[in-house]
Amino acid sequence: MSSEQPRQQIYDSTAPSTDTRDSRIGEGADDRFNSKLREAFGSTPFILTKFDKFMNWVRGNSMFMLQFGIACCSIEMMHTYAIKHDLDRFGAGVPRASPRQADVMIVPGTIVSKFGPRMKRVYDQMPEPKFVVGMGSCTISGGPFQEGYNVVKGAEEIIPIDIHVPGCPPRPEALVYGIAKLQERIRNGESTPVVVKPYELEEFGELPKDELVQTLADDIDEEDLVMRYNWADSP
Amino acid sequence: MSTGLEREPSVAVTEDELEALVGDRALARDDHLNAPGFVIRPDAVQDVLTDLRDEAGFDHLANLTAQQYADRYESIYHLRKYADPTQEVSIVVPTTTDDPVSQTAEPVFRTADWHEREAFDLVGIDYEGHPDPRRILLPETWQGHPLSEGYDQEKPQLVTLTEHANPVQPDHHDDESDTMFLNIGPHHPATHGVLHIETVLDGETVVDVDPDIGYLHRCEEQMCQQGTYRHQIMPYPDRWDYVSAGLLNEWAYARTAEDLADIDVPEYAQIIRTMGAELCRIASHMLALATFALDVYGDFTAIFQYGMRDREVVQDILEDLTGQRLMFNYFRLGGVAWDLPDPREEFIEKTRDFLDGLPAKVDEYHDLLTANEIFQVRTHDTGILEPEVAKQYGCTGPVARGSGIDYDIRRDDPYGYYDNLEWDVVTEDGCDNYSRVLVRMQEVEESAKIIEQCLDLLEDWPEDERTVQSNVPRTLKPDADTEIYRSVEGAKGELGIYIRSDGTDKPGRFKIRSPCFHNLSALPEMSEGEYIPDLIASLGSLDIVLGEVDR
Repeated sequence: MSSEQPRQQIYDSTAPSTDTRDSRIGEGADDRFNSKLREAFGSTPFILTKFDKFMNWVRGNSMFMLQFGIACCSIEMMHTYAIKHDLDRFGAGVPRASPRQADVMIVPGTIVSKFGPRMKRVYDQMPEPKFVVGMGSCTISGGPFQEGYNVVKGAEEIIPIDIHVPGCPPRPEALVYGIAKLQERIRNGESTPVVVKPYELEEFGELPKDELVQTLADDIDEEDLVMRYNWADSP
Repeated sequence: MSTGLEREPSVAVTEDELEALVGDRALARDDHLNAPGFVIRPDAVQDVLTDLRDEAGFDHLANLTAQQYADRYESIYHLRKYADPTQEVSIVVPTTTDDPVSQTAEPVFRTADWHEREAFDLVGIDYEGHPDPRRILLPETWQGHPLSEGYDQEKPQLVTLTEHANPVQPDHHDDESDTMFLNIGPHHPATHGVLHIETVLDGETVVDVDPDIGYLHRCEEQMCQQGTYRHQIMPYPDRWDYVSAGLLNEWAYARTAEDLADIDVPEYAQIIRTMGAELCRIASHMLALATFALDVYGDFTAIFQYGMRDREVVQDILEDLTGQRLMFNYFRLGGVAWDLPDPREEFIEKTRDFLDGLPAKVDEYHDLLTANEIFQVRTHDTGILEPEVAKQYGCTGPVARGSGIDYDIRRDDPYGYYDNLEWDVVTEDGCDNYSRVLVRMQEVEESAKIIEQCLDLLEDWPEDERTVQSNVPRTLKPDADTEIYRSVEGAKGELGIYIRSDGTDKPGRFKIRSPCFHNLSALPEMSEGEYIPDLIASLGSLDIVLGEVDR
């Protein structure tokens, strides 16, 4: 239809133009919904597979990412979503602003003490099953800021992480590779290894009454959620 | 648009006049490399600063550095003039270790509000009469002051996750209450990172705005104080303003340390620096445009993708030059790491191709953005920032220039090769969100002009004179107690660094003056009394980077 001539129907008839549709469908019955997959199945419209396997296949190929910008890595993450690298090609979705609609959280940056509890809350709000990609050195160990007084030594101290992508920051290609690896794991039904998370949200009243807790006793309610950082025990 | 020639000449204040003005309130002199310094009593702060502002014209509180010595605390107010930033004066306010109380400067300069909160937070100086003496970067429940002497980093800390109270009316769930409290962030697509804005709404109108920062406070100053001058500090500036503005930030450190240790930079290296820095500025402004469109139009649509497309090209060029896409680590004290990539012609041609295509792309942006009626309705006459208010808050960069303040460090306090090139400082006097966008778009064109001239120079530079680095000692140990404050024009404004050397190969105090910190502090002035969408647009037009706000 890319001819430079105007369509003849404009002069001749007001009937809808069906040239494109006709050439796509071809002769005979409409098989628009048929695909290579259908051909492979042969004549039967049924397939037999394990439900889990099917679900893993679906999950791996339709992931909604959380739009979650923290630090430097989020710039490279934006480039991964945007043109040229275009993460959507790999069935890894457009970013969703709400954690309630997201399957995968990419943690792109340094986690500091003030943000730790908030990240935990965002993670908790994501529906199961959920997956986390740690992007960059900061989410592995604190990266270049590891010695900082305010820096959590890796996001894995707070939430479980499925895939680590090293780099400072990782190139978009590296992130794409990390996500492809995550998809592969999901497709194979591999689950997240159980990790010990040193930092949890707890009620203030349930903490052991040490010096720090006693100092703060007047400022914090018993039921308030707190996260306690034991910097001395950090890796 | 204007050039330096149209500006009113500022009257230079001589050192004698300054001495006479401060008079016997000066206890001693404590000169810094960049400016004369006066030591004053902690209860004379407002007095002296008011006199300096009103009588001598020092209307820009560029920075406040707080630090602890073995025997005292010290707050240093770095003052300069918007009309002529080469005129500087430092006011040093020592306080005792036992009772570190100093008078607040907030009534004289509004920007002292956030600065003094930061000084209290990190160093532990109390400011008497401060309207809002809370912590700013660290959580409210933090114990101790991390940049003070003897702070134990190993001690455990508690951080709470609780509701925030409505500061205007006691209970926002109350039926009687007219206002609603709304948290924006810290995880929110419109906050450009991890910023938390505590907003109080009356209907759809914003009554009260309080930016809550510190969600990305990753101890940049501590990291720089732990590194040696020669090589270990340079990688960190890349990570302050991480929006591809790396070379601009590296220049801030390079300029300060070179002036501190008296290091020369070869002319050839200065041209490469100038070119690289302006490429970074283009990349940074492209992202500002892209995300502003994201804020105003609301989704990952055409303009965002267009901005990303152009940034990819700039990042490719910068990668050819420096070896990295984002964190360049390309500057060295005394020059740059290496010469242009081989083959030179190819690199120069690639950069020229980009510049040749740029005008068409800028037109495209004008079609999509500034000429769009919806965009104009959204941004015109919203987020008003009057020049006088902007000066009170220490705003610089495109934010100040969008309010008609003709202030650009590249021209007013020249460094690098800018002095020898033909370009203009862009100002707009609309004072609104629209003006700030216009300023950025025109600055992209000005940057292209600068790069073009640099390329011409680089192309014809004789082959045997291409020195990229001067001779710099392997270990730098500037004399003890040398103090300096220097700034460059970063992508967001005046990016300054204060360094005090203590005789070792590491800085005794390293303080970063972040333009975004000041620009963000003006947000309440811009958005109170307007609608929520205008608040989001104003925030977008400030183009903040949380890495630089929180440091």
